[in-house]
Amino acid sequence: MSKPVLEIEKLNAWFGERHVLKEITLKILSQQVTAIIGPSGCGKSTFIRCLNRLHEVVPGARVTGTVLLDGTDLYDPTVDPVMIRRRVGMVFQKPNPFPTMSVYDNVAAGLKLTGMRRRSVLDERVERALRQAALWDEVKDVLHQSGASLSGGQQQRLCIARALAVEPEVLLLDEPCSALDPIATARIEELLLELKKSYTIVIVTHNMQQAARVSDVTGFFLLGELIEVGETKQIFTNPKDRRTEDYITGRFG
Amino acid sequence: MVLFRRPGVSPADRLFRATVFTMAVSVLVITGVIAYELVRNSRLPIEKFGWAFLWGTTWDPVAERFGALPFLYGTLVSSALALLIAVPVGLGVAIFLSELAPRWLSDPAAFMVELLAAIPSVIYGLIGIFVLVPWVRNVLEPALSGTLGFLPLFRGAPYGVGMLTAGLVLATMVVPFIVSVSREILMAVPHSQREAILSLGATRWEMVRVAVLPYARSGIMGSVFLALARALGETMAVTMVIGNRPEIRLSLFEPGYTMAAVIANEFTEATSDLYVQTLIEIGLVLFAVTILVNAVARLLIYSVFTKVEVRE
Repeated sequence: MSKPVLEIEKLNAWFGERHVLKEITLKILSQQVTAIIGPSGCGKSTFIRCLNRLHEVVPGARVTGTVLLDGTDLYDPTVDPVMIRRRVGMVFQKPNPFPTMSVYDNVAAGLKLTGMRRRSVLDERVERALRQAALWDEVKDVLHQSGASLSGGQQQRLCIARALAVEPEVLLLDEPCSALDPIATARIEELLLELKKSYTIVIVTHNMQQAARVSDVTGFFLLGELIEVGETKQIFTNPKDRRTEDYITGRFG
Repeated sequence: MVLFRRPGVSPADRLFRATVFTMAVSVLVITGVIAYELVRNSRLPIEKFGWAFLWGTTWDPVAERFGALPFLYGTLVSSALALLIAVPVGLGVAIFLSELAPRWLSDPAAFMVELLAAIPSVIYGLIGIFVLVPWVRNVLEPALSGTLGFLPLFRGAPYGVGMLTAGLVLATMVVPFIVSVSREILMAVPHSQREAILSLGATRWEMVRVAVLPYARSGIMGSVFLALARALGETMAVTMVIGNRPEIRLSLFEPGYTMAAVIANEFTEATSDLYVQTLIEIGLVLFAVTILVNAVARLLIYSVFTKVEVRE
């Protein structure tokens, strides 16, 4: 069994008065894909947004509890969220490349934030990130065209490359395929299986087949609570909790 | 039973089309009539001076020799100066209000800024004469010539009235346009763009610089051109502080004159037909300059930004 990269303990989150995450305790293991499933509004997106301190960007949002990343608490008052976000990358529901930047500049954007300016280093890192995101062959001739001119699936892989370029330890994906067609989705899933060799991945999905296909561990959320977590095979074949069974057999959600 | 109607078939639809079409056309007609009347009523000076009117520097109503260059220069320089001051200030305020200020401060503050735009220009002129001019004469101009006096722009006697003061007053008047339009534009930048750059480890300032401003740039340019159009045509406040001397001087301390100001000041004393028509031709030039600036601005935006389109 691999070691935990993220240890989440008694995590609570609020939007104003609304208590959206309740006492979540969970370990995310290194070099595995952890899927978070559950019906809409169960807090799964909020959960992963707590793992890179993006939840608190929304006005009125609040978090309590601890999230240890390799032993350091993300929510320690001395920790700078900016540094955390460099170590925990994120890909969003809708592809959101920077429309005014070229493909190349999109991927290099995070690296430039770290102050990296050397062209040779940037070239190399951009190419590596695009190769990791299985996009290099499709865009190597249009690197200096706008990132917004790519197809939806390519845009999402561009966003993955953008997140990978800063070499994070953990990659969070918030329903990354919900805006994509089945072929683009399949490509992303293939990619995730490849990426987990070098990254720890947490993916939120409302597509249970997707969770079954790509993940090693699955957590089921309902109404802000973590109902059950376990090996994906066990969750889908032999759930311990009645509510998990009801959800995966399609009785609600 | 009729479930669907072809558009434009029902009488109400036809009436609606006709109404909005008439309204749209009437705007074009008005612009056309203004242009036509300006040309028709400036026939005498057009025949007498030809194109040389545009680069003539003499303005002698007694000898009836007229050239528009000093006014053209005054209008362009005072407007450019105003933008030079107003764009950084206005953008700074807009960024603060949209990105940093809490909501309870942002909305009332934006409202106050918009109130600035509602102040009649004659009041700006009065404040300009009684408050700004003495301050410029006694404080700003001596300070500028003391520090930047090696530049020809900041040399000469501090009059108080002149190009610099006109630029300052104009800047104050156009800042609200830049602030209120840019703030709306900045607030319309999608959250997904901000989150994208934040998730890469950007600070707030980096978020604004790398993701928000580039996304909003064409809208921001729009606000700047709106401000420019306003500055080019401003009459009253400028007339009151620019000094009204039809000469071209490099120093910003020297008095100047603008096209709008000369029309406002001199049409009552224009006794001869040629004099009156010359003033109308100045109006024609101002009209043309405004249209030209707007056209160039649009072309600029078009050429820079059409390559970039967001695919949804």
